[in-house]
Amino acid sequence: MARILSILVGLFFTVALAWSFGKGAYQQITEPPAATAEHEFHLLPKEVSFASDGAFGKFDRQQLQRGFQVYKEVCSVCHAIRHVAFRDLAALGYNDAEVKAIAKGFQVPVYNNATGEVNTREGMTTDYFPPVMYGGQGTPPDLSLITKARHEGPAYVYSLLTGYQDQPAELLKKFPDSKTPDGLHYNPYFANLNLAMPPPLTADGQVTYSDGTKATKDQMAKDVSAFLIWTAEPKLEKRKQTGWPVLGFLLFATILGYMSYRNIWAGKKH
Amino acid sequence: MSFPWAKEYKPSHPFMQWMDDRLPLPRLVYNSVGGGYPVPRNLNYFWNFGFLAALCLVLQIVTGIVMAMHYAANTQVAFDTVEQTVRDVNWGWMMRYAHANGASAFFVVIYVHIFRGFFYGSYKAPREMVWLLGVVIFLLMMATAFMGYVLPWGQMSFWGAKVITGLFGAIPFVGEPLQQWLLGGFAPDNAALNRFFSLHYLLPFVIVGVVILHIWALHIPGSSNPTGVEVKTESDTVPFYPYYVAKDGWAIGVFAILFCTALFFFPNALGHPDNYIPANPMSTPAHIVPEWYFWPFYAILRAFTQDFFFIPAKLMGVLAMFGAILVWFFLPWLDRSPVRSGSYRPLYRKFFFFGLIPAMAVLFYCGGAPAAEPYVMFSQIAALYYFAHFLIVIPIVSAIEKPDPLPFSITESVLGHDEGAQLRPAHGATEAVHGEA
Repeated sequence: MARILSILVGLFFTVALAWSFGKGAYQQITEPPAATAEHEFHLLPKEVSFASDGAFGKFDRQQLQRGFQVYKEVCSVCHAIRHVAFRDLAALGYNDAEVKAIAKGFQVPVYNNATGEVNTREGMTTDYFPPVMYGGQGTPPDLSLITKARHEGPAYVYSLLTGYQDQPAELLKKFPDSKTPDGLHYNPYFANLNLAMPPPLTADGQVTYSDGTKATKDQMAKDVSAFLIWTAEPKLEKRKQTGWPVLGFLLFATILGYMSYRNIWAGKKH
Repeated sequence: MSFPWAKEYKPSHPFMQWMDDRLPLPRLVYNSVGGGYPVPRNLNYFWNFGFLAALCLVLQIVTGIVMAMHYAANTQVAFDTVEQTVRDVNWGWMMRYAHANGASAFFVVIYVHIFRGFFYGSYKAPREMVWLLGVVIFLLMMATAFMGYVLPWGQMSFWGAKVITGLFGAIPFVGEPLQQWLLGGFAPDNAALNRFFSLHYLLPFVIVGVVILHIWALHIPGSSNPTGVEVKTESDTVPFYPYYVAKDGWAIGVFAILFCTALFFFPNALGHPDNYIPANPMSTPAHIVPEWYFWPFYAILRAFTQDFFFIPAKLMGVLAMFGAILVWFFLPWLDRSPVRSGSYRPLYRKFFFFGLIPAMAVLFYCGGAPAAEPYVMFSQIAALYYFAHFLIVIPIVSAIEKPDPLPFSITESVLGHDEGAQLRPAHGATEAVHGEA
């Protein structure tokens, strides 16, 4: 009785699934889904490597400072990094006076309790990077976590920044309706191929690096990506540096554990 | 409980004697995980995962309590408080990664533990209660993990909560009011986040309670073993301490190495990037997927794409998703084979390795893939087999299968002979009688 009941319940689910499968398969054959431009022309991020990659990876402080400069002079017009405080910049190798000077260069909002007005004042090291108001098309995301918030984040940021191009003729031939709308910009590394952000890095030498590094578009994209790896995870270096002694200890303890296991079970067949 | 040859707790120190007369807590420990608990000597490494699961639970509770100290269950600040914990709290990043990856580790361990049970027939008499409580623990774990994932209030938190609570909306008549009642609103918001936090803090302790029952129920018949032959004589067993303490000890070492490798070097590998984007009810992610440990059941949910007679596809999916786990409750009565271990069940073994395991693998893969072809079709085939396996294959196989001959005893299976047991008249009986438990 129980067996018959169970087989009936089993048939209920399996037949329902077979029915779903059959209808789905029939639909696939009779009306195969149309190809989309996004599907065919979207590219995975380029291969790019950073000093912080790998199990022994460390931040390249010079590069982080260059990246911060690119962020400050280019990105920060539209994008905030609200999870980062000015004091955090000390980790980039700036001294106290430099951090203070950087903070001073930003205006942070203050709410006046007496009058209800919102004014601004010069930033202090304890402040976080202020919000950025943007009135144009699109919604520039906060960048503090961007390299963790995208698949292969660092490579994605780098690819997006260096990936702007004209729409391929082949795409327009195949998908005449997929012409990049006015005000948007074609970029195959963006999920739906067209994004509101205009190419931010337009010319070599757009920023002037103080350490003498040549500010090519590629270099700037790489530097700012490195900086955004840091903003997403300032503790990345510490995490990796902690990992090794922990693993070393565990390996030692596990070997001891294995030896005591062998010792205790010696002579006991199992 | 336990076997007549189990060693008795004899406190040597006067204080322990005093304690034992008043509150025999040391005695309980001794009889549970000490020298007083005889365990089959032939357990393989799959039997380490129960202990590892307990370790994961402790790890989750400890890291979770620390996380809760720095967290605020408010939609305005929840995301930021988690980020502050990671950035500004001493070792906060480690606590956060340990808690997030700890959930994954817990599920890895528990899936191995459950499939150990499937293969070796651990659910069979006299251990049905151990099994049933185990399924309850698994359900509680899923609820806890789901609600925990909502707390950081990222995009996947929000949309995952919306999809999963939306499942209740599929229930006829009461669905919509029920969903609103569960959420405390029309969509996940502050009310939902607060109650999820409250329950996420409560449920682990409920799990601890059920784990205690699980272990209690286990200690009545004692542990199962890879042959599935019950313990007959003392030579079949070794005391838990020191034998299995040593074995679990070194297994914990291996587990900790793997766990710490993930924690320190790949902490975000199992997470979804979208959960680093603060929740935004106005922007739906391209693919809403739960955490990896829900993927098989998520694949089953999405496999039902067509209405079935008068039952809407969504309701079918919800029924099947919950049914896929609830069917485990009936397993002890669906599988009527008197032989426990898959090692001695040639037919069952084939269906296990070439049916259930591949079906689960496909469901795992497809549950994390976009809801598009060919993944939906793959998951339909795999889900079809999944239900057929438990509800059709197992009852039929257990009726028609001719099992391989069993060893007479655990000792015989280990040593090739068992002088002690050969003398006993009970030869041929599969069950040993070991006192009135």
